[in-house]
Amino acid sequence: MLISKLKVFKSHGKQYIPNLLDVTLAERFRGRPVVSPNVDEKTVEELVQLCPVEAISKVPLSLDLGKCVFCGECQFQYPQAINFTNDYRIATCRREDLIVTSDIKKAIPFDPQFVNSYITKYFGRSLKLRQVCAGGDNSSEMELNASMNVNFDFSRYGIEFVASPRHADGVVITGPITKSMEAPLQMCFEAIADPKIIIVVGADAISGGVFANSSAISRDFFNLNKPNLWIPGNPMHPMTFIDGVLSLIGRAKRNENE
Amino acid sequence: MSWLRLKNCGKAINLDQIPNIEYPEFYQNLVEMLEDENFHIADYFGYSTTEGLKLIAIILDDKNSDILIAEHTYHYYCEDSLLSITAKCEAMHPFERDITERYGIVFKNNPWNKPLRFLANRFDKRMIIEKYPFYQISGETLHEVNVGPIHAGIIEPGAFRFTCNGEKVLHLEVALGYQHRGVEEVMCSTKSTLKQNIIAENIAGDSAVSNAIAYSTNIEKLSANLNNNSKQLNTERAIAQEMERIAMHIADTGALCGDIGYQLGQVACEALRTITINTTQMWCGNRFGKSIIRPCGTNFPLNNEICSEIKKNMSDVLKRYDEIRQNIKNTPSVIARFEACGTVDRNIALHIGAVGVCAKASGLLRDIRATHPYGEYKNMNHVPIIKTYGDVMSRLTIRCREVLQSIEYVLSLVDKIDTSIVQSRPIYNNNLMQNAISVSIVEGWRGEICHTAITNSQGEICCYKVKDPSIHNWLALSLAVRGEGISDFPICNKSFSLSYCGHDL
Repeated sequence: MLISKLKVFKSHGKQYIPNLLDVTLAERFRGRPVVSPNVDEKTVEELVQLCPVEAISKVPLSLDLGKCVFCGECQFQYPQAINFTNDYRIATCRREDLIVTSDIKKAIPFDPQFVNSYITKYFGRSLKLRQVCAGGDNSSEMELNASMNVNFDFSRYGIEFVASPRHADGVVITGPITKSMEAPLQMCFEAIADPKIIIVVGADAISGGVFANSSAISRDFFNLNKPNLWIPGNPMHPMTFIDGVLSLIGRAKRNENE
Repeated sequence: MSWLRLKNCGKAINLDQIPNIEYPEFYQNLVEMLEDENFHIADYFGYSTTEGLKLIAIILDDKNSDILIAEHTYHYYCEDSLLSITAKCEAMHPFERDITERYGIVFKNNPWNKPLRFLANRFDKRMIIEKYPFYQISGETLHEVNVGPIHAGIIEPGAFRFTCNGEKVLHLEVALGYQHRGVEEVMCSTKSTLKQNIIAENIAGDSAVSNAIAYSTNIEKLSANLNNNSKQLNTERAIAQEMERIAMHIADTGALCGDIGYQLGQVACEALRTITINTTQMWCGNRFGKSIIRPCGTNFPLNNEICSEIKKNMSDVLKRYDEIRQNIKNTPSVIARFEACGTVDRNIALHIGAVGVCAKASGLLRDIRATHPYGEYKNMNHVPIIKTYGDVMSRLTIRCREVLQSIEYVLSLVDKIDTSIVQSRPIYNNNLMQNAISVSIVEGWRGEICHTAITNSQGEICCYKVKDPSIHNWLALSLAVRGEGISDFPICNKSFSLSYCGHDL
């Protein structure tokens, strides 16, 4: 009994990532896209037609990461126009910053001056979050769980998920918000004491994703409440979440010249 | 019996080839077949046409590897109300409830006529999810516990209502529908094959590969392109699907260990799952395998570098997971919690139509890879792992041994693959057969996933039906916790690991 445990211990070894601020993901991981400045009109038109979630718009050619499901089809068919890099630092504090044009060559902007000062003041050293899945497909939820696991161990920063909105400083929303979850989500958000934040995770939650035109979802929650952090992905990578939250509370800085 | 027999690897058929039979015979056939344990229901749904509502039933004959299909055209104003098959065969309950909810047809004598998922376009809009008619038992010693829709952990929403006698659970009813996003509606509202493929991947993110294989196979069947698939493509799909199974079974092993406070098992499994899904990420850029599976081709053909990485990582996982498995078996405090807990006996599993891990743990052979092989599985001679007790430990044991089995499969498939063959790119503008129906069944890690596509006279998909294995197995969870302490609910729930979004669509 003890020997078999020791074997597991020995093989398990040390698993945590020592420095969460310095991580490089697999080469094929699709993160920040680079949009080429010289794309002819015909290609732009075809790109707009190709995108399954209407994330690509013309004049100027841009890709909205809030809608993008990162299928990578635009890159496969028009590599001269759009290329995804493995830069996972794509979370932003403003919705409009998620729209990538050819001007963005280095990093997605995250300007701390657009973050409310109370967030760094109150939550900089301890942030408790309540997660609400409102129609998510269980992949974003598993990635949120993974960000707390033995590899990423995000709770080392004092950031944790809690079981009750009464214990929370903010809500993390996944899924396109189904009609059936609209009321429970609003109720949960109201149960959190002020000041509080909203973090929106995944293409589904940010824009509805592939379900944007469904009659079974309702986006009214976002008319009533304003999110503080947008984390794109389908599902988002745990590192995108970690970098986004750390940037929000002022514990990480995104260098736009990198 | 006039039912049409198809094969899982066969072609799509014309809609008018489906035998149309009168309800008394349809009813009789279904009841007789479902009494035989060699048959089980794969899907049963309504499809609205100008002639009336077609009720299409798809039955699997496990002995002969056949898919049986027949329909009955129901004329609302000319026919009496239909007799409920659920009254004779409990496995039919979700399907009849779905038809009632969608079209307002009430089956006579249906013992459990409750809304299934509160669809957006349901027949009776007065039925709202907040007022789900929970079954109530009253008595001086009884109390009710309500859990959900939002749960304490990071999981999907669903409302659970326990009726308890002291600490013991007398009855549990699960009310789902909070995750309903209109998958089938969105699927038919677009003509883009790429978008439909991505929707299929988003039906249940943890089964993205399996759902995408089911969808792509349907497109290939409908475009008569099935046999053009290279052997390579089928092998790659099998590797992707087995990797998904490995990752999710390891995740569930870890979660079960976590639920009983056995931290070593939990963290060791978390680390192994990370290795597995990072290998998938290295292959396709997504940790859940979204974007690997596309119709008629692939954007991510395996190359030597990725093959050797898969081999290296999977061999590592094999060794380390086996150590964890041995340790679970050798730890009495772990076994004491898992054994004889949440038991579903064979007879119950058979009657409620259980599939996948749940059925295999109760001694039922339900594994599409063995009974209705598709793609690469035709050459693999898969022998399912079966346990008989039907408790939490049996379901865990099935998972443990399936992980080892799947790793062996992956290793041997990777060895066989010839990476020098140039694979075709995906084809999104296939001309689909007109007025046709295609059924594709795959074995996901939870159990069988059944996708049915129907095309109209323009060759566009006008009806798309998805059946997740969870739809059969949620009832097994309710029955498993009867008589258990309510504190054992988390491990019972985790041992089934059912999908909310797959059920609600």
